[in-house]
Amino acid sequence: MRARVFVTLKPSVFDPQGQTIADALHSLGYGNVADVRQGKYFELDLATTEASAARALAAEVADKVLANPVIESYRIEVD
Amino acid sequence: MKFGIVVFPGSNCDEDAFHAAKEVFGQEAEYLWHKDADLKGADVVILPGGFAHGDYLRTGAMARFSPIMNPVRAFAERGGPVLGICNGFQILLEAGLLPGAMLRNKGLQYRCEHVHIRVEQTDTPFTSGASAGTVLRIPIGHGEGNYFAPPDVLQQLEASRQVVFRYTDAQGRIDEAANPNGSVNAIAGICSQQRNVVGMMPHPERACEALLGGVDGCAIFASVLRWVGSPLKV
Repeated sequence: MRARVFVTLKPSVFDPQGQTIADALHSLGYGNVADVRQGKYFELDLATTEASAARALAAEVADKVLANPVIESYRIEVD
Repeated sequence: MKFGIVVFPGSNCDEDAFHAAKEVFGQEAEYLWHKDADLKGADVVILPGGFAHGDYLRTGAMARFSPIMNPVRAFAERGGPVLGICNGFQILLEAGLLPGAMLRNKGLQYRCEHVHIRVEQTDTPFTSGASAGTVLRIPIGHGEGNYFAPPDVLQQLEASRQVVFRYTDAQGRIDEAANPNGSVNAIAGICSQQRNVVGMMPHPERACEALLGGVDGCAIFASVLRWVGSPLKV
């Protein structure tokens, strides 16, 4: 199975990179882009055929390594 | 006394810390490779600056899994003095030895300059020889020094006097213009609840000789010598 893990800064944490990108887009005339949040994306190839096991494994490595729970949250997709 | 200076692949201030301990303060010093399993009898451990393990993923995120971190953690739990400087501070945060996390600097610039920091607490091993309110002029060099902690953690840090250094102007006044990275509450360094683990973004090891532009970093080393009880051998 494959798991995709999206890690982003929590909404309560200021994202200076996202803000800079939003400012750049605004200066290019994209006024309708209200906000930008930058994050990280991971693809995990997992040696399991069960979606629930894949999700649990992805969540475990996200908790332990991929995300810092102090500042980041994550979302997992499995297929 | 003996300084143990941890070397991760990508550390680049290890030699500066070694030089300060050995040549400036005349103490015994030994490098501790990140794969080592013991601290070789060190009385104080320094996690130096640099880019441990390339700082891949997040600053300090990989270094916390290095084998040397097991004895470092045990040493810290026994009350041993541990100082994390810059990347070393980031590693202590990722390892959970200090609370909070680092964000990219506000403004996104890598800041490499001298800053002023005010000593807030003097009951840590690394500030025991300083006076509260003393302003030190010490260099920084980092892109991710924007200290962050959630409001409840921040409140706890302040309530238990764990903020050891704050960025100020030369007169010791807190001023947004004097905060180089956007750190919350102008935090430049903190200590653990036990107070023996200290992390700071500025580099005291680069400010121990007049030749290098200043000697204010000596206060940090002199403090830990005094704290451990070794007379200066300069």
